[in-house]
Amino acid sequence: MNPRAESLVSKERVVRQVNLRKEKAAVTLLSFAALITAAVLVFVFVYIMARGLAAIDLEFLLSSPVKMGREGGIFPAIVGTLVLTAVSILVAAPLGVGAAVFLTEYTREGWFSKVVRLGTESLAGIPSIIFGLFGFSFFVIYLGMGWSILAGALTLACMILPTIVRTSEEAIKSVPSIYREISLALGASRWQTVTGVVLPQAAPGIATGIVLAIGRSIGETAAVIFTAGSSLRVPHSLLDPVRTLPVHFYILAREGISSRNAYGTAAVLLVAVLLVDFVAHFVVGRLFRGRGGER
Amino acid sequence: MLCFLILLASFMVSACSRASRPSSSITVAGSTSVQPFMELLAEEYARLYPEKPAINVQGGGSSAGARSVLSGAASIGMLSRELAPEEKGLDALVIARDAIAVIVNPKNPIRELSIRDLRAIFSGEITDWGQLIGAGERGDFRGRIHVVSREEGSGTRGAFDEMIMEGREVTARAIFQDSNGSVKETVAQDPMAIGYISLGLVDRNVKPLSIDGVAPTIENCKSGKYALVRPFLVVTKGEVRPEVREFLDFIMGETGQKILREEGLITGGQGATALEAKSK
Amino acid sequence: MKRSQNERVAELTLSLVALGSLGILTLITVFIFKEGLPALKEIGLWEFIGGTRWVPSKKIFGIFPMLVGSFMVTGGALAIGIPLGLGCAVYLSEFSSPGVARLLKSMIELLAGIPSVVFGFIGLTVVVPFIRTYFGGPGFSVLASSIVLGLMILPTMVSVSYDALRAVPESYRDGMMAVGATRWQAVRMVILPSARSGILAAAILATGRAMGETMAVIMVAGNATAVPESLLDPVRTLTSNIALEMGYSAGIHRQALFATGIVLFFLVTVLNLIAHAAVRGGSGR
Repeated sequence: MNPRAESLVSKERVVRQVNLRKEKAAVTLLSFAALITAAVLVFVFVYIMARGLAAIDLEFLLSSPVKMGREGGIFPAIVGTLVLTAVSILVAAPLGVGAAVFLTEYTREGWFSKVVRLGTESLAGIPSIIFGLFGFSFFVIYLGMGWSILAGALTLACMILPTIVRTSEEAIKSVPSIYREISLALGASRWQTVTGVVLPQAAPGIATGIVLAIGRSIGETAAVIFTAGSSLRVPHSLLDPVRTLPVHFYILAREGISSRNAYGTAAVLLVAVLLVDFVAHFVVGRLFRGRGGER
Repeated sequence: MLCFLILLASFMVSACSRASRPSSSITVAGSTSVQPFMELLAEEYARLYPEKPAINVQGGGSSAGARSVLSGAASIGMLSRELAPEEKGLDALVIARDAIAVIVNPKNPIRELSIRDLRAIFSGEITDWGQLIGAGERGDFRGRIHVVSREEGSGTRGAFDEMIMEGREVTARAIFQDSNGSVKETVAQDPMAIGYISLGLVDRNVKPLSIDGVAPTIENCKSGKYALVRPFLVVTKGEVRPEVREFLDFIMGETGQKILREEGLITGGQGATALEAKSK
Repeated sequence: MKRSQNERVAELTLSLVALGSLGILTLITVFIFKEGLPALKEIGLWEFIGGTRWVPSKKIFGIFPMLVGSFMVTGGALAIGIPLGLGCAVYLSEFSSPGVARLLKSMIELLAGIPSVVFGFIGLTVVVPFIRTYFGGPGFSVLASSIVLGLMILPTMVSVSYDALRAVPESYRDGMMAVGATRWQAVRMVILPSARSGILAAAILATGRAMGETMAVIMVAGNATAVPESLLDPVRTLTSNIALEMGYSAGIHRQALFATGIVLFFLVTVLNLIAHAAVRGGSGR
């Protein structure tokens, strides 16, 4: 080997070493970022749980608050959250899935679908406080529903609609078109194809979207506080006002009424939301994968 | 088809809701300052008379309370200030009176302030604890003052503006919190802070100050020496349903007034206070 | 005959349903504008946006401090959230083992569901006292809100940019390795640039979330109506201005809060359109 080539090789080696050192530094920094991110989120979880679990027992979950929540439990807030979420899903899910079916099965890409999609995406980006303002002026005042489960749930439904549309659309699109072709070839109508073939196939994906939407409505505060009210009673009709878990927590924490009960409420809220998200990401996802295997 | 039916159903339900609200419950809405006391009253009412209609207590603020009574969304409104001119159509009842206490952190050695100094602090002219006259005597307590105020429109803020600020503005650099509780928490945590809250909510985590040498006590409020006092009103509109009247009677009765008294509010002869509200 | 009729009904119903989100968007716009425009007319758009004083009791409505506040807090949140989130995504996608990546990403996505009030509460009990003790000032500050929001946007940032990075074809990586580049060189020169539009979308989504967040910010920002002079001063954002005073407002004060909503609505919609265009433009190339 001539000396010139040798020096080139050694130079290359130096460059490579420098590069490797740079890479090492970069990886250290990046892993540090990953570590901080994970640590922060785990910290939030542990911080709330460590303080909150002590307050939680069956009585806390099943009794009504006494003295504005200074003592007693959170039963009405749990009921309120469940009912509000259920009603909002009942309204939003059919609308959202229907819109997704229309976008994927009934229309070609064109100005109409573009406009609808743009509308959905813009709606998804609107801050929840704007939904709160809208729900307050439209449902509560204009339609005269007052602060009620109905007003709160309809506001929430508007808010979660884009999530459901988008996830359902993805799920329906992922159904192979051969299914539709076979069904249509066998003489089924479009509607029969959709309800009999496409929707069952897309069900797990749609379910994931709906469960994610449930998680979002459980945790929402700003849109609910102006529309569903903050009454501490167990509701008896859809026109009764309710206080949801996040609103109860906000009031307890903000007013410094009882930090024990505030942490307890936060822990229940956190467990509920994480459980729902867990179901969305893993349980429903597994169903999906299981089905994929059958194909 | 199913989607359509549900859509239709949801619209029908919303249409129904335009009709009368259920008479099974009474909605009380308004001032967040009155809300905790009203919740206590509602709780006791439900305990004593389980067969009577339930009371729904809502926050929302004094103005929202008045507005929701005017619009029929609530049967009773709660206000922590006098009626505004556009609200004169409502019938008001003073259920109790409440003093506003100026509070600082217990670590702050200061015990009293003159109204003039208080005004200067809240309008942002005095910005350091060391600037106060006589600061030297109280040891070397200095540092930037953290003014904590309520937000615009709050009944407590309105009363404070009227009685202390006399037309001056609260400094825009102040911290604005949206409830008595959060003002209290802020002052309890921050040695440099000063704020004002309902006297009934003062506890050992914060220190109430004497104003112009008068301590904020129930006696001083009753005798009129301590001037920072505002009424807690409930308002109704026109002819009142009998079940609502019953609840109002309960509040003004012995049990209701005792509850309010025990929570640190000033209760007086009910005839006198009711008359006072009408005359205004 | 009957069947085709059913078909028609189904199609018509579905097309109506599809217009639902558009209808809601229109309703929202109409109602926010209906309530807010009278105030804008009375105050004047420029006095409203450019006015530096907000004194509702004297009918002075200027939201300039809140505009500045929203931008400062959002900027601060991005300064914290983007490097951390992107770093995390790059590490998970390019340097960690697939098992670790899957576990951490699922965990982070799970935690995306933590309600904003919980973040606000952590900010109130941990971040605010920390800043008061170690940096001075009242603790309620631009810094506190930036930190809380920065952490809140982490899951969005990580999850969306991770997906963008994973969408870069494996052959790009192999090609770079084949010419003797280190993994980091491949990331810097090829993978990050190819994933640019996805990362941009992540950043814009995060910006929208930070700018629209309400409850967490109210709890830690201090809500002063003056333009903050330092990161340690209290600050008020557009969102907290609405939520803070909504309950007590009446008349023109309430309309001015809806007008604040209009400004916020406008800002966020512009942001959405940019995001839409960015993603479209990115995928088109």
